[in-house]
Amino acid sequence: MDVSKITMVEAAEGLRTKAFSSVELTQAVLDAIEAKDGELNAYLSVDAAGALRQAGAADAARRSGQAGDLLGVPVAVKDLINVEGQPCTCASKMLEGYTSAYDATVSAKLRAAGAVFAGRTNMDEFAMGSSTEGSAFKVTRNPHDLTRVPGGSSGGSAAAVAGGEAIAALGTDTGGSIRQPASFCGCVGLKPSYGRVSRYGVTAYASSLDQVGPMTRTVEDAAVLLQALAGCDPRDGTTLNAPVPDYRAALRGGLKGLRIGLPKEYYIDGTDREVMACVRKAVDACAAAGAEIVEVSLPHTEYAIAVYYIVATAEASANLARFDGVRFGHRTAQPESVFALYAKSRAEGFGTEVKRRIILGTYVLSSGYYDAYYGRAQKVRTLVRRDYAEAFKQCDVMMTPVAPTPAYKIGEASDDPLKMYLGDIFTVPANLAGLCGISVPCGKTAAGLPVGLQVLGPAFGEGAILRAAYGVEQEVGA
Amino acid sequence: MTKYLITIGLETHVQLKTNTKMFCGCSLKFGAEPNTNVCPVCLGYPGALPVMNREAVKFTVMSGLMLGCAINRHSTFDRKNYFYPDMSKDYQISQNTHPLCLGGGVTVQTPQGAKRVRINHIHLEEDAAKINHYARFSGVDFNRCGTPLMEIVSEPDLSSPDEAMAYLQALKQILVYAGVSECNLEEGNMRSDVNISVRPEGQEQLGTKVEIKNMNTFKGIYAALEYEIARQIGTVMRGGVIVQETRRWDPDLGETQSMRSKENAHDYRYFPEPDLVPVALDEALVAEWRAALPELPAARRERMVAEYGIPEYDAGVLADAKENADFFEAAARACAPGLGKTVSNWFMTEIMRLLSESGKTVHACALTPAALAELVTLVDRRVINGPTAKELLPELFRDGGMPEALVKARGLGQVSDAGALVAFVDQVLAENAKSVADYQAGKKAAAGFLVGQVMKLSKGKADPQLVGKLVAEKLAALG
Amino acid sequence: MSHTIDVAYVAELARLELSAGEKATFQKQLETIVQYVEKIGELDLAGIEPTLHGQSLVNVFREDVVVPSMDRERFLANAPERNGFEFKLPKIVEDA
Repeated sequence: MDVSKITMVEAAEGLRTKAFSSVELTQAVLDAIEAKDGELNAYLSVDAAGALRQAGAADAARRSGQAGDLLGVPVAVKDLINVEGQPCTCASKMLEGYTSAYDATVSAKLRAAGAVFAGRTNMDEFAMGSSTEGSAFKVTRNPHDLTRVPGGSSGGSAAAVAGGEAIAALGTDTGGSIRQPASFCGCVGLKPSYGRVSRYGVTAYASSLDQVGPMTRTVEDAAVLLQALAGCDPRDGTTLNAPVPDYRAALRGGLKGLRIGLPKEYYIDGTDREVMACVRKAVDACAAAGAEIVEVSLPHTEYAIAVYYIVATAEASANLARFDGVRFGHRTAQPESVFALYAKSRAEGFGTEVKRRIILGTYVLSSGYYDAYYGRAQKVRTLVRRDYAEAFKQCDVMMTPVAPTPAYKIGEASDDPLKMYLGDIFTVPANLAGLCGISVPCGKTAAGLPVGLQVLGPAFGEGAILRAAYGVEQEVGA
Repeated sequence: MTKYLITIGLETHVQLKTNTKMFCGCSLKFGAEPNTNVCPVCLGYPGALPVMNREAVKFTVMSGLMLGCAINRHSTFDRKNYFYPDMSKDYQISQNTHPLCLGGGVTVQTPQGAKRVRINHIHLEEDAAKINHYARFSGVDFNRCGTPLMEIVSEPDLSSPDEAMAYLQALKQILVYAGVSECNLEEGNMRSDVNISVRPEGQEQLGTKVEIKNMNTFKGIYAALEYEIARQIGTVMRGGVIVQETRRWDPDLGETQSMRSKENAHDYRYFPEPDLVPVALDEALVAEWRAALPELPAARRERMVAEYGIPEYDAGVLADAKENADFFEAAARACAPGLGKTVSNWFMTEIMRLLSESGKTVHACALTPAALAELVTLVDRRVINGPTAKELLPELFRDGGMPEALVKARGLGQVSDAGALVAFVDQVLAENAKSVADYQAGKKAAAGFLVGQVMKLSKGKADPQLVGKLVAEKLAALG
Repeated sequence: MSHTIDVAYVAELARLELSAGEKATFQKQLETIVQYVEKIGELDLAGIEPTLHGQSLVNVFREDVVVPSMDRERFLANAPERNGFEFKLPKIVEDA
């Protein structure tokens, strides 16, 4: 059975009509992983026996009358989301050999819906990076060009979905880590509004920015998966106690009358010509379908990267302090003191990018520097939020490129961390402002590299961005 | 001889008497097996998130109200970042910029009179784990990690170890009254760090401040303060310089020692806790919690004096421990009016002795306020005599039950029938001619001896007052 | 504002043992990054409140009800070293 193109909706339909069983479907996915992952390196671990057991249980549940969009559907999980009994390496040597002691809330929700855990995907170590090259274990390749990166940090999930090794996957997004790899790999990736999906059980990178989201082949699949994940969680005090709307119903709102804002600061020189062409083509198609295009301005866009790399690294420096060799994770051999236990275990367990960000984050919080960096950054963050609040008075959604370039070559992004950070310019502001955003494929470069269109919506406006993205998908479709 | 002025400030950590930890639902039951009251949150597992215990916030606000603090309407939590094996996240969630309570104070009694010790603020945080030290390694038990900890920071208003003790005792009494903590030092419910400096009289500027940690008992704090004061004064007198540092109290050696570890220089890098949203306390909620406050000990003493007609001294002794005052009042209210002093006497003599001997609190013994009330009433109605009641009390204390049932079952009722007693009196007078003669010779005490003999004959059951009256009548009749 | 970052000191605060090479590389890279992020110093932030959380929620609590604990073996199984039912560490010299 070929699972390289099947959508979640099609899979659910096939299971419902008994065209195939979950065991058959899951086996097909496992076979695809077997065949392709030697090349793609999207997966860090697969528990085939466990997955087939779950699939069998789902088939049995279906026979006894259970139903649901996710029942028996295999979903891949980014390797920083805890699934009880499975590894959770966060692509780091620090957590090699660690076994999750509990389910993340999103994992528990998938489990309760009868989904099958297909495998754990590669990522940048501790979600810090934009290419998945930061993984301590393997380099994931872009299915459209194996010499290029899949994007990051959820590069494994994006490559698996786009590369035919997963029907759907979970990713996380702190500064663009779902949207950018979705764009690079040509799949759909949605970052929910902050507080829409529970972070309990998801290894934290930046607590005020992280979100878990779906990475899928179609916009409708993203709606289906988001529906299963969203909701208030008593274990996560930052989730909103607000009802979850029917996201699938929102899809077919159509583009007519939709007010689409184009923030002028996102349409600048320096963005790859072909990327811009694909984005403009998509925007034009929306206009032709009856959407109203409005120019808006987000004047503080140029400060967003600076704010992000202060706030995110500061929070991360504290979130990663728990990796100290005491209760779990890597411990150095024969430390002579507790200080050495910490300093050596962490030096041995963490990779370079992680160390760099921990040091930066520690620095900006250190005595004498708080006000100049963290203190100021949080105020500029307020200005960024206000920009969006103002702009969303004039439009329902915004459309922008996802990244300034398509996927670049493995190894290209260098020795120049700042250059890599600047690639996040279009995605980071949504995290700072707590907005929702989705990347939907809108074309390819001449060389065949996918280009994504980013649709941004106000907080808890997932319905609007799904509607717009669905419209784009219908009009343009990659 | 230069006189030195002492400046002391206390930071007191109080474990709150909630059912669960500050940020997770783990139980706080004392004495559990190591690492059995833990979960991903208090173990600092990847992906775990804190969620605030409402009761802990309520207890802290209540404590602030009892201590006269202003309650911060907008309160936030911060991460205090440092590495130590008893910290499961290697940061502690605490409050730095917007604590729950500000200001306030406690009045303590000193030889010079009443003194107001001001409080700087009260904040809420989480306790650390327990490290057990063995010969060649250490072990960590995370049961305690995450316990809600209320930190009360005083202003440096204390000027002697005695004042420090008085402050701590007053604090403890108020917090126990408020029901927010057991303040049981053996269980580690209440720990203090001390800041202390000395300066010669006449000098405006305070001396260099030294912090002292690791005092686990009130005695330890007192001894540590005494030692440190002597050390500092001695150093200054010799022309030495006091180093600003943290020192550790060594109870075995009886001295404070410099802590040379790297932990001394802390840059806590405080920043607002992103996982916990602010606490916004509106007037209505604070008023609701204020209404739930119990009486302060001082107010209770006054009211007990007025309501039960007991002396101030009695009220002071009874109110010293809330459970004793509660017991007394329950018993007194179950008696007829006017018996307050009697109940108080019973409590302060017999019951306090039994409590002391058994090491129990009045909650833990089997005696109930109803039983005490019944006992007092039986004596008041002269159903039994005092000595009989005194004999019954230890049994009630140990085994429970109600005295009236016991009296009936064992026929302990006082003999008040004069007819029956006259026979005993005659018999005793006849058998103790010498005492009768002594009495008639002027030794009035002999009458008491005779009364005692009648009591013995009656196996203790005679009404002693009636016996006394009959003996006096008979002796008078004999001339 | 251009200054040298004391990477050795910051690494110590963060409990990260760095090689001399790493210190030197990070020094350069971090100074470049810090110089970049200092552009936020251009803005006039008078009267602007900081954004400290992802959304504007307040008063999220849990009730003081015990949730039964999981079997401790689940956690001790991940311990790098254990002493019976405790997490084992090299001997700690001082109590902080």
